[in-house]
Amino acid sequence: MGIQFKQVTKRYGGTDSPLVVQGIDFAVPKGSLTTILGPSGCGKTTTLRMIAGLEAPTGGQIVIDGVDVTHLGPSERNVSMVFQSYALFPHMNVIGNVRYGLDVSGVHKTEALERAHKSLALVGLAGYEERLPSELSGGQQQRVALARALVLEPSVLLFDEPLSNLDARLRRSMRDEIRHLQQRLGLTVAYVTHDQSEALAVSDQIIVMEAGRIAQAGTPQDLYERPASAFVAGFMGEAVLFDGLADGSVQLGPLRLLPRHAVAPGAVRAAVRPEAWLVGRELLGGESLPGSLSAELKQWSYLGSFVELSFDTELGPVFVVSPEVERDWHIGQVLALSLPGRGVSVVAV
Amino acid sequence: MNPALRLRRALQGWVVFGLLGFVLLPWYFLQQMSLAEAMPGIWAVTEAGAETGSAWVQAAQHGRPWLWSGLAGLLVCGLAVVRAWPARMQGGLLLLGSLIGLLGLMGSGFAIGATGWSFASLETVWGALPTGQYGMGWGAAVVLLSLVVLLGAGLARLGAFRGDVFVAAAVVGCTALLALFVVYPVLRSLVAAWVDDAGAYAWAHLLERVATERVWGLGCVQGAGRCGVAWNTLWLALITATGTTVMGTLLALWAERGGTRLAKPLNILAMLPIITPPFVVGLGLILLFGRAGLFNQGLEWALGIEPGRWFYGVLGIWLAQMFAFTPIAFMIMRGVVQGVSPSMEEAAQTLRASRMQTFWTVTLPLLKPGLANAFLVGFIESMADFGNPIIVGGQYAVLSTEIFFAIVGAALDPGMAAALALVLTVFALAVFLVQRRVLAGSSFTTVSGKGDAGVALALPPAVLRVCRSVAGPWLVFTVVVYLFALAGGFVQTWGRDFTFTLGHFKTAFDVQYGEFGWVFAGTAWKSLFTTLSLSAMAAPLCAGVGLLIAWLLARTEFRGKAAFEFSALLTFAVPGTVLGVSYILAFNVPPVELTGTGLVIVLCFVFRNLPVGVRAGTAAFKQLDRSLDEASQMLRASTLTTLRRVVLPLLKPALVAALVYSFVRSMTTVSAVIFLVTAQYELATTYIIGRVGNGDYGVALAYCTVLMVLMSAITWGIQKLVGQRQLGRRATATPTA
Repeated sequence: MGIQFKQVTKRYGGTDSPLVVQGIDFAVPKGSLTTILGPSGCGKTTTLRMIAGLEAPTGGQIVIDGVDVTHLGPSERNVSMVFQSYALFPHMNVIGNVRYGLDVSGVHKTEALERAHKSLALVGLAGYEERLPSELSGGQQQRVALARALVLEPSVLLFDEPLSNLDARLRRSMRDEIRHLQQRLGLTVAYVTHDQSEALAVSDQIIVMEAGRIAQAGTPQDLYERPASAFVAGFMGEAVLFDGLADGSVQLGPLRLLPRHAVAPGAVRAAVRPEAWLVGRELLGGESLPGSLSAELKQWSYLGSFVELSFDTELGPVFVVSPEVERDWHIGQVLALSLPGRGVSVVAV
Repeated sequence: MNPALRLRRALQGWVVFGLLGFVLLPWYFLQQMSLAEAMPGIWAVTEAGAETGSAWVQAAQHGRPWLWSGLAGLLVCGLAVVRAWPARMQGGLLLLGSLIGLLGLMGSGFAIGATGWSFASLETVWGALPTGQYGMGWGAAVVLLSLVVLLGAGLARLGAFRGDVFVAAAVVGCTALLALFVVYPVLRSLVAAWVDDAGAYAWAHLLERVATERVWGLGCVQGAGRCGVAWNTLWLALITATGTTVMGTLLALWAERGGTRLAKPLNILAMLPIITPPFVVGLGLILLFGRAGLFNQGLEWALGIEPGRWFYGVLGIWLAQMFAFTPIAFMIMRGVVQGVSPSMEEAAQTLRASRMQTFWTVTLPLLKPGLANAFLVGFIESMADFGNPIIVGGQYAVLSTEIFFAIVGAALDPGMAAALALVLTVFALAVFLVQRRVLAGSSFTTVSGKGDAGVALALPPAVLRVCRSVAGPWLVFTVVVYLFALAGGFVQTWGRDFTFTLGHFKTAFDVQYGEFGWVFAGTAWKSLFTTLSLSAMAAPLCAGVGLLIAWLLARTEFRGKAAFEFSALLTFAVPGTVLGVSYILAFNVPPVELTGTGLVIVLCFVFRNLPVGVRAGTAAFKQLDRSLDEASQMLRASTLTTLRRVVLPLLKPALVAALVYSFVRSMTTVSAVIFLVTAQYELATTYIIGRVGNGDYGVALAYCTVLMVLMSAITWGIQKLVGQRQLGRRATATPTA
C-alpha cells in the first residue's frame, strides 16, 4: 500500500476548537493516482499537508510504504510535493531549483547535475537550465516544479491544485501530461482538486470529502454512476435531486424509473444529471404524454456545442443540457421530458 | 549522510564546543585585560590564575568546586549524543545534562558573589565560603550557550517543538536572551523599590516611595502647588498623543488623498525622527523661544518685555514632542489610509452618499483602529521620552527625568529610582495591553493580493481646507525649527552675537597635524568614534536576533508559541529609561558584572532596539510566500538549510534595513544609555546633553548637524542599495505569462 490513513483527525488550536478532519480512513495503492476532491473548506488540503508532513495530525496514524510516518517531519519522509503556487525559488535558476533537493541531501555534485538534467528532460524542458523562474511561462514553471519534485524519486508525489493557475487550454494538456508521467513512472500520487472533471480525467481513485469526512471513495465510474449520497451526486455532476417513492421501481411524479441496483422500498431521492433528460416533442393545448413530464421552458442559452435549458415542471425547476443546438427553442414552449435511463442515480433519503 | 546522523554530529559539536569553553577559556569576566592577554593564564595555578583560569582550573585549584556542575552537565549530554539512542532516551539524557549544567552554574552564579555567599541565610546554613567568584566571562558564556542549545535539542527529541531541533534551540535561546537581558535586570531593579537602605524587604518601603505627594499630588488642580510626577507624565502623554494623532492624521489624509505632490517631502519628514537625535527639535525650539531666543529678543526689542523662561515646562515639552512624534503618527496613519479600500468608498458613493457623507460614515470609521493605535503609540513614546523633557522641561518633572535625577542627582537614591521606574513600567505595560486589545479586536484595513482597481476618494473640500490650514503651517514650522537647529551651530553665540563662525565645528571636530602625525584634536571625536563602533557592534546582533525572533513568530508552529510571542512583545514595551536603570542596577554584581564596560552599552543598544529588527523581519515575512519554505522542507532540506539557502537570500533587503535601522537608532538613543556611559565610553548623545547642560549650544548643535548629515548619508546610501534590490525582485517575481 502506498499511503494509508487510519482514523486521522486534525484540529487547529486548543481542544475546544472544531475538528477540521474528523477521523478519516483511506488507502492509496502503490503506483496509482488518487484524487482528493471536495468543495473549499472540506479539509482536503489539510489532508494532503498531513501526508506531506507539513501538518501534524491531532490523532490517528499515517503509514507510507509500510512505515509509520505520523510523527516524522517532511524532510524525513520520502515524499515530494508540487505546490499550487509552484513555490519556485526566485533567486535560483531552473537547474538550481531542480537540483536543490539533491544538494541539500548531500548527493555528489556531478550526480546531482546529471539527475537534474534527466529530470528536466523528462518534463520536456531541456535547454532551459539557466533561465530564472520569472523568465518562464506559467506552464513551464509548472513543469519545473514537477521536475524538482520528481528528481528525488519520491515514493509518494503530492499535487496541491496544480492546475488552478493555468488557463483552460494549458490545463488540459498539463493534466494529461501529469497522468501520462504518473503511469509511465508508476508513481504513487495524491492529488487535490476542487474540479470534478479534472478528477474524473486523471484518477484511478477519487475520494470525495465533505466537512472533514470522506463522503465516498471509489473509481471515477463508481462516483459518477453510483453516488452514495446526495452530496456526492450533486458534487460529481450538477445533479438535481427529486423526492420519489421506491417499490421495486422508483416513481418520480409521472415518471417511472428502473434503478440500476436494488432499492429498499420507501421514500428515496433521485439524482438526475442535466444530460440525462431527453427532450421530446412539443405538447400543445394542455395535452400530456404518459410516462413523460410536461415542462414549460423558462430560459435557454446557446453554448456552441450544446444548449442549457431551464424548465418549470410539477417536480419543480429542472435544468437540462441538450445537444440539439439547431432546434427552434422559444420561451413559454411546453415540452415532454423523459428519462431514458443513464445518468440517474437513486440514493436513500 | 542521513539527517539523524547529521543531527548527532551537530550535537556532538555543541558538546565539544562547551567542553572547550570549560577547559580552554578564562571563566570569569576580565576586568582589566583583553581575551588575548588572558589566554596564557588559563592554566595558571598561581594567584593570578584565580582571575584568568579556565573553569577546570578554577574548580580544581582555586577552590571553586561548584563549577564542576557545568562539566557534569556537559558530560551527561556527551553520553546522550555519543551513540544513536532511541529519541526519548536521548532527549531525556540531554534534558537532564543541560539542566544539571544550567541550574548548577546559574544557581551558584546567583548564590555566590565576590565575597562568598550572596545571601546571609545561605551562610548560616552552609557556613562561610573561603572564596567568592567574579562575574561570568568568555568561558561561562560559551558553556552556557552550548547548554542552552543542548536543552533545546533535548526538548525537541522529547517531542516538543514538533521535533525540530533548530526551532527548539532558537526558541530556548531567544527566551534565555530576553530573560537574561530584559526580564532579569528589570525585575531585579524593580524589586529594589521594596528594599530599604538596610536591605530589608517590606511593602511599606514601596508605599513610602510611591504613595507620596511628589508622585501623586494634585496640587495643580486644587490651585496650590504642583502636581505629582505621575500625573505630569500622564497629562503630557495624553496631550502629546492627542496632538500627534490629530496632526499625523491630517498630514496622512492630505498626502494620500489631497491630490497634491506632498508624498515625497512628507516621506523625508517621516524619516527625520529616525536620523535625528531626539532632542534636536528641543534645541531648535530653545533657539526660537528660549530666553536668548529670537521670539523673546523680538519682544524685548519691540515692547521692552523682559525675556523669561516661560517656554520651559509643559508647553515646551509638548511642542518638542509634537515635532518629534508626529512623523510616527503620520507613518502609522498613512499606512492605514492607504489600506482603506477605495471600492468601499465607491460603493458608498454609488449608494448616493455625498463625498462628505462618505468621509464621515465610511472612511473615518475604517480609520478608527489606526487612530487608536497611533494614539497609543504616541502615548507610549511620550511617556518613555527622556531627551526632550531633560532639555526643555524646566521645572516640569516627568517620570523619566525624575528616575534619572534619583540615580545621578545629589539624592543618589536607587530605591526611589526603582519605585519611579516601577510606576513608569506599570503605565507602559498597561498601555501595551490596551493596544494589543485594540489591534486584536478590529482591523478593517486589509490589503488583499487581488488588485483593487478603485480610485481613492478625493477629500471633501471642507476637510481638505482643515488639513491645509492646520498641517500646512505645521510643516513650515517644522522646517523652520530644523533650520534653526542647524543654523545654531554656525553662529558665535545665539541671541547675542550672530556672526557666522565655524569655530564650534573646530572645537568639536578639529584635526591637527603635529609631531605624531594627524591627531583628532576636537573634543567630540572620541565620543563619535565610540558611538560609531559600539553601534556597529550592536547592529548585526540586533538585526540577527530580531530577524530570528520574527521568523519564529511568522513561520513556525509549536506548542506555547502564543506565550512566547506575548512575552517577547511584552519585553519590548519596557521604556528605555527603565531598561537603562535596570542595567546599571542589575549588572554591577556577579554573575553578570558589566557596569562600566562597552559591552553593557552594546547589549543595551541591542535589546533596546530589538523591536526594530523584529518589525523589519515581520514585515518582510509577510511578503514572502510561505510555500517557498515548505517547498524547501519537502525537498528534504532541514530547517537550518532552508533558512540559509532560501529564506536569507530572499530576505536580504529586510536584513539590510534591520541593520541600518538598528545602527541608526543606536546612534541616536539617549534614554537607555545615559546611565551606562562612563568617561571611557562617552557617547555622542550624552556628550551633546552634557554640552547643553553647560549652556554650550553652539558645539551641541554643530555636533547634531554632523550626526544628521552622517546618518542621512548612511540611511540614504543603504536605502538606495535596498531600493534597487527590491526593484530587481519585483521584476523577477512577475510571471511573464
